[in-house]
Amino acid sequence: MSLWLTSIVFIPLLGALILILVPSSRSALIRGWSFAVMMVGFLVSLPLFWTFDASSAAFQYVEKVPWIPSLGINYHLGLDGISLLLVLLTTFLGPIVILGSGAVTKRLKGYFISILLLQTGMLGTFLALDLFLFYIFWEVMLIPMYFLIGIWGGTERIYAAVKFFLYTMVGSLLMLVGIIWIYFNTTVPGVGHTFDYTLIMQHASFPAQAQLWLFGAFALAFAIKVPMFPFHTWLPDAHVQAPTAGSVILAGVLLKMGTYGYIRFAMPLFPEGVEFFKPAMIALAVIGIVYGAMLSIAQTDMKKLVAYSSVSHLGFVMLGLFALNAQAVSGAMIQMINHGLSTGALFLLVGVVYDRRHTRKIADYGGIAKVMPWYAVVFTIVALSSIGMPGLNGFIGEFLILVGAYQTAPVWTIIAATGVILAAIYLLWMIRRVFYGPMTHKENESLTDLKAREWATLLPLLIFIVWIGVYPKPFLSKFTVSIQQFLEQAIR
Amino acid sequence: MEMTLGLNHYLILAAIMFCIGMVGVLTRRNILIIFMSVELMLNSANMTFIAFSHYLMNPEGMVFTFFTLTVAAAEVGVGLAIVVTIFRKTESLDIRKLNLLKN
Amino acid sequence: MDHSMEQAVEQVHQAADTVVAAAAHAPDLHYAIWLLLFPLIGVVFNGLILRKNIPEKMTGWLGSFMIIASFAVAVKLFFELLKLDPHLRAIDVTFFQWLHVGSLQIDFAFLIDPLSVVMILVVTGISSLIHIYSIGYMHDDPRFRVFFTYMNLFVFFMLLLVLGNSYPVMFIGWEGVGLASYLLIGFWWEDMAKATAGMKAFVVNRIGDFGVLIAMFLMFSHLGTLTFSEVFPAAANAWSNDINNGVVIAIGLMLLLGAAGKSAQFPLYVWLPDAMAGPTPVSALIHAATMVTAGVYMLARSNMFYMLAPTAAYVVAMVGAVTALFAATIGLRQNDIKKVLAYSTVSQLGYMVMACGVYAFGAGIFHLMTHAFFKALLFLGSGAVIHTMHGGLHHINDHHTDPQDIRNMGGLRKKIPITYWTFLLATLAISGIPGFSGFFSKDEILAYSFMNFNSGGSILPYALGLIAAGITAFYMFRLVFLTFFGKYKGPEGSEEGLHESPGTMTIPLIVLAILSVVGGWIGLPAVFGEHLNKFAGWLDPVFHPGFEAVRYHPEHLAVPMEWALIAVAVTVSLIGIILAWNFYMKQKRQAIPDDQQSGFGKVLWQKYYVDEIYDAGVIRPLINTCHFLWKQFDEKVIDGGMVHGTARTVRWGGGVLRTLQGGVVGSYAVMMVIGVIVILLSLYIR
Repeated sequence: MSLWLTSIVFIPLLGALILILVPSSRSALIRGWSFAVMMVGFLVSLPLFWTFDASSAAFQYVEKVPWIPSLGINYHLGLDGISLLLVLLTTFLGPIVILGSGAVTKRLKGYFISILLLQTGMLGTFLALDLFLFYIFWEVMLIPMYFLIGIWGGTERIYAAVKFFLYTMVGSLLMLVGIIWIYFNTTVPGVGHTFDYTLIMQHASFPAQAQLWLFGAFALAFAIKVPMFPFHTWLPDAHVQAPTAGSVILAGVLLKMGTYGYIRFAMPLFPEGVEFFKPAMIALAVIGIVYGAMLSIAQTDMKKLVAYSSVSHLGFVMLGLFALNAQAVSGAMIQMINHGLSTGALFLLVGVVYDRRHTRKIADYGGIAKVMPWYAVVFTIVALSSIGMPGLNGFIGEFLILVGAYQTAPVWTIIAATGVILAAIYLLWMIRRVFYGPMTHKENESLTDLKAREWATLLPLLIFIVWIGVYPKPFLSKFTVSIQQFLEQAIR
Repeated sequence: MEMTLGLNHYLILAAIMFCIGMVGVLTRRNILIIFMSVELMLNSANMTFIAFSHYLMNPEGMVFTFFTLTVAAAEVGVGLAIVVTIFRKTESLDIRKLNLLKN
Repeated sequence: MDHSMEQAVEQVHQAADTVVAAAAHAPDLHYAIWLLLFPLIGVVFNGLILRKNIPEKMTGWLGSFMIIASFAVAVKLFFELLKLDPHLRAIDVTFFQWLHVGSLQIDFAFLIDPLSVVMILVVTGISSLIHIYSIGYMHDDPRFRVFFTYMNLFVFFMLLLVLGNSYPVMFIGWEGVGLASYLLIGFWWEDMAKATAGMKAFVVNRIGDFGVLIAMFLMFSHLGTLTFSEVFPAAANAWSNDINNGVVIAIGLMLLLGAAGKSAQFPLYVWLPDAMAGPTPVSALIHAATMVTAGVYMLARSNMFYMLAPTAAYVVAMVGAVTALFAATIGLRQNDIKKVLAYSTVSQLGYMVMACGVYAFGAGIFHLMTHAFFKALLFLGSGAVIHTMHGGLHHINDHHTDPQDIRNMGGLRKKIPITYWTFLLATLAISGIPGFSGFFSKDEILAYSFMNFNSGGSILPYALGLIAAGITAFYMFRLVFLTFFGKYKGPEGSEEGLHESPGTMTIPLIVLAILSVVGGWIGLPAVFGEHLNKFAGWLDPVFHPGFEAVRYHPEHLAVPMEWALIAVAVTVSLIGIILAWNFYMKQKRQAIPDDQQSGFGKVLWQKYYVDEIYDAGVIRPLINTCHFLWKQFDEKVIDGGMVHGTARTVRWGGGVLRTLQGGVVGSYAVMMVIGVIVILLSLYIR
């Protein structure tokens, strides 16, 4: 049994522990160390992309050690096609997030310790195959994020942090009840009650009525995290208040926890619940798409606009998952990655001008393409990816989702497709107001174009934005088999 | 008629002591008095232990009483220390002033 | 009846089989990728590698040569196809797997067939000329290099659009040209109006793209494929016995929506006139000759669906005819030289779309080609005029007079003879004067629409098209007379600064002028002989399967009838020209100043107020709804009501329970005692 996955999960934690020993005054060392830790984490996880056997739906690199045997709790990690790309996305964004934290100067050590802890929490969540362990990682993520928003956030940071914390907590407590119910109602011969995901998948068969309740409990927890309409209102507050790096993590990875929860737990465990709630979930997803897009149109704050656009994009993912066919679910998977890349990049880009001007109001800009031409180019490319421009990554996801969903729910899909039009409106309108026209504010005349450090954060994202759009096969092929298995499990 | 002290007498005495202590705790405002009342309640329990121990000819009750006395001694130490601290802080022993939790 | 249908299906299958067989023996055409690679190299060099200190000339010629190289590849492909038997002229060239998920199998692949070859020849040919022209026109622009980057990017996507062998690959190009158009319309983005025009173009196009997407979903869920070589036989198979099935009508209408967006048809044409904000070579290349014809290309490519859904075809024809007439009437009262040409483009695109609606797909593509010649020429000519006017105004340091307003021109004929003559030839071509290219293609479309009427269709497409032809001749000659004849009306002194444009600009004009004259001769009408229409013969293999699927063999018109139609069309055009001559030469009328507009003329001058109607009917309500949803619903109902409501409930509950936790130890003790008593009592009672 290799310790590959364990090392991927705990390298950031180890780095954080060592960071505690570094004196807070050595800020360059703290930054450098955090970056090095993230980079090592990424490099350690990277070979998974090639060594992973995409022809198998089974969990790979499995590590399973009894942890609290009297309660049937195992330390159980494993990787399959569904989690592979999400894990890689997380480790890939790690170094970028550290580089994107250049503007943070307050309590530097605590900040980077929080980010490293968060990284461990997120990776653990994607890799845990024991419900108890999953729940622990799930909750572990919450605390560093709470601090990131609450300490290094904007003016309304306390409100946003508390809202984020309570909202997520309410959902996850219901999930905890569900997990405990599962524990007591699963009996595995020779083992007894268990929290082990693979054992539960093999042995458990819950009564239909119970599945509805369980699905409800899990679905609520995940819906809040996604966030689905109408549980989305914590998101704009959290995004607007969070520091740039916090927003990138939030959009890039944290929101995927919700969708990942559906595809890993809520849907395969409770197919009866899926069957029963499918129409409602599709409806909410589509409402989220259109509603998020419409609210984006109305925004005057760049970050809030991007935050609402996340609601819209995640709506596409949910539509894809509940359309329950190969195209739609593959599209949802790739759209999770896309959203992490594109929206992450958008938050980084908003951060670039925020660091210079300390305002996110669209009206405070105008005509800045003149002084920041390359910034305008990069912003436009990322926005186009978010709009779903063919040839860039966003299209692959949206097209697959819509083509698949049309076969399940044609009317809802047609409504969802109008989101494509609305996306063009809100993003291009923002681009027009920020970049084009005459220079309206004198302060903007001295803005400088992208710096080397900013290029270093954006260029890797741009490469994948183009790569996935032009040649998605290496990515799609990773989860084809896993999704087949998922469909067999989730369809009653 | 020979009067013998039976179990019941001890128990009744203990109950009376307990009630006196309880009423003291509930009604008095002075921390010291309350503290003494608590001791009274504690000793009523000790009394019960000893009575039963004698009645059942089982020494365990006696052992318990020693434990209780030891703990009570420690408790008195800590308790009085707290009382002294409180007095230093508030210059009174009125329990009604110790309402920081309220609001 | 059933038997004949079966035969039809059989034939379609055979056709599909021969296509497959052809693929087996086809020449290796993988070098076709160079069509795309050349422009891409231009994009990479001009956009990313070369820096500002590179001389302008080098940038410009690099961009131009890349397109000329693509043109050379296109010519080679044309001859390669010519060598093959007509049935075998459909070759799929696969490069790599693009989207393979479950039953959805889309490769990044080209379809080289007569239709796509015509398109790539037109696109690369015209693009080459316009690139060369731009070297002169864009001279001294601070973003010269960016301009050529975008232009090359456009050609890249346009070629991908016409070469893609499936709807999704076509869609990459489809959206890509939209992007290039967006960037080029807003090329001078310091002017907010221009940036807005670019955005408008993109968003309106997106509405069309929505239609294309839905059409693709319909095809995939009913036919299981999106590749041209499979989807058309599958459609014939499914619906050739079930004409006008709801699904196929829906597909047809959704594709029409897409075409209406891209090819600026009613009611989505509104972006095209605004698109004239871009530099004039852009207007010529993208918004006249090539990109806007993509919709027509797609309709022609999807001919099978329209054959199977006559109802959808009728809608197509009507949309085209109405657009042709509607835009032509607006063109009557425009005073900006480029706006006149823009509405003329919308109108001509209407003809092409109408052709597709009356099953004259070949004629539509024919008009697409001739229109590309003469309209590109008209735009480049107008660019030369504007360039000249700029020179004149610059001469006297006048920066207020609009160099595009024909009310400031006049008498330019003597000053810029090459521009004048080439512009005149193009005007004769668009007016449908016999012998010029536009005559042949427009005549063919009108003949087909009449033929369609003859075999039971509606007369409306023909009638509207005919009226529009007369109006076209009128407003085009109005433009020529007001610009080139009469007295110069520009500011005093600026006349000295008027000069002919440089060679890089005039040579493309001359080449296009030649093409505008002779370009139509490859498609002579049937009255001159059965097989003289080489163009139709060349395209026939593309449209044949569709005709066969529904056994559509319309009765050809009798020769005298054809002559009569030609005579009517020419007469109508001549009436238009004579009226224009009468007004603007004989009576020396002038274009009306803005403050004297009145009556119906004012409605035309204001473009029927369509932009205002959209603004009040669509845009404002949308923005207001969005704002309402945000402020009133999201913030008040969801966040304020649901979320904070929950929080308030909890807080209220806490407030109630808090009274129990008074902080007085005594009260805790009382409660404890009460609790103990209650517990003891409950035990006792039990």
